[in-house]
Amino acid sequence: MATEFHNLQELRHSASLANKVFIQRDYSEGTTCRFQTKFPSELESRIERTLFEDTVKTLNNYYAEAEKIGGQSYLEGCLACTTAYLIFLCMETRYEKVLKKIAKYIQEQNEKIFAPRGLLVTDPIERGMRVIEISIYEDRGSSGSSSGSSSVSGSTAR
Amino acid sequence: MITRKVRKWEKLPGKNTFCCDGRVMMARQKGVFYLTLFLIVGTCSLFFAFECPYLAVHLSPAIPVFAALLFLFVIAMLLRTSFSDPGVLPRALPEEATFIEMEIEAANGNVPAGQRPPPRIRNVQINNQIVKLKYCYTCKIFRPPRASHCSICDNCVDRFDHHCPWVGNCVGKRNYRYFYMFTLSLSLLTIYIFTFDIVHVSTVLEVLVCFFTLWSVVGLTGFHTYLISLNQTTNEDIKGSWSGKNRVQNPYSHKNIFKNCCEVLCGPAFPSVLDRRGLMQEDSPASSTSAAPSSSSSSNPMSQTMKTTAPLIPNEHTPDDAKPSIAASAEKSDSPKEEDPPTPQPWVALIKLI
Repeated sequence: MATEFHNLQELRHSASLANKVFIQRDYSEGTTCRFQTKFPSELESRIERTLFEDTVKTLNNYYAEAEKIGGQSYLEGCLACTTAYLIFLCMETRYEKVLKKIAKYIQEQNEKIFAPRGLLVTDPIERGMRVIEISIYEDRGSSGSSSGSSSVSGSTAR
Repeated sequence: MITRKVRKWEKLPGKNTFCCDGRVMMARQKGVFYLTLFLIVGTCSLFFAFECPYLAVHLSPAIPVFAALLFLFVIAMLLRTSFSDPGVLPRALPEEATFIEMEIEAANGNVPAGQRPPPRIRNVQINNQIVKLKYCYTCKIFRPPRASHCSICDNCVDRFDHHCPWVGNCVGKRNYRYFYMFTLSLSLLTIYIFTFDIVHVSTVLEVLVCFFTLWSVVGLTGFHTYLISLNQTTNEDIKGSWSGKNRVQNPYSHKNIFKNCCEVLCGPAFPSVLDRRGLMQEDSPASSTSAAPSSSSSSNPMSQTMKTTAPLIPNEHTPDDAKPSIAASAEKSDSPKEEDPPTPQPWVALIKLI
């Protein structure tokens, strides 16, 4: 795990940022946090479709778990209300616990899957839970390949 | 170049004021909030000072105790509502803004010169209902469903209800339940004090304040109870988004009053996505450089055109000079840190609060 992380740092030093892809939110099931699993065309040559989809689906499952309205959330809500929500000052909410799990998962995915392919996934919480930002790096040594800005066509079919 | 570490709240755009090194977040105008505090604390002080000795002796000592607990609950709810992040959505960073711009342009195709480009709207289907997502020219994002831009705080807020001057903050996804508990508990407290005031009148002022507060606060609580049972926001109610014309129905409602109430009041406690207390690097240039002025010149036309005066309902503009400034920001090279015009020292914000 440590050596792969060093690969990630070496990636940042030896590679240059070529492009960024933003995976948008999927609102078809309401306002709960879900991201689209549609595979962006910019990543076609970089990563297998199934790996990408698995990552996004796992993230969606984590968010669904955090936002689930059921017995545990009622208990947490009612208990917090009786203490005038002061308990939130010392206790971590269920959502925050899941967010920590998500951060760990994204770091693992970056080390194992995305960094060796020259990609980097940013935690959605750093972008206001609006998008999953995937940075595409290119080896500085490679010549000729475009810097990416002109090749980005917003032609992802909607 | 002098690099120093600053907290992220110092660099946040928008018109909020921060206190306690980013732990507290409020709107700029706090005068009415101080009035609310004064009225509640003042009236309750009169009650405890003049009424309670009589009530404790002649009726029951439990009466002042319960009043004190209720009073503390009201204050706790008020402070929670006023001081917390209502659910502000951070603005898009340059790369994301450019990406969205390019998607819009690809979707619109070529617009003949002289013609207005079509409005920036994205349609999504939620529970078999088409919902239009509008583009926010200030935040450079397509607003999520139920989000709205507050012109007073100059932020997009998720599940925006309204901007409440009485609590000195917006009411949105994160603090709506605290706001509701505040109005509910304040109603109960007012009714409680008013009842005992009538039983034994000690201060006429107290009676008057309670009487007028009663009608407004109880009415407001009733209104919000109605909204919660339908899973609607004040903003949607005012705009008539789900009023039933053209067969539009509220796609967020579970069609069950109990389920709607549970979702709004007992749903998960959403965390803030702002990371106000996170640290970031700030490079203050030793001599004048081109970076800071160019970013300020591209962002200033934006903020000037977005100034509005509507207090409750956020206005939307499609400024014609938005396009050149967005194009200017797209030309900027990719840089990891945000470039902002120099901001005042953090302690200045604290002094402004006093």
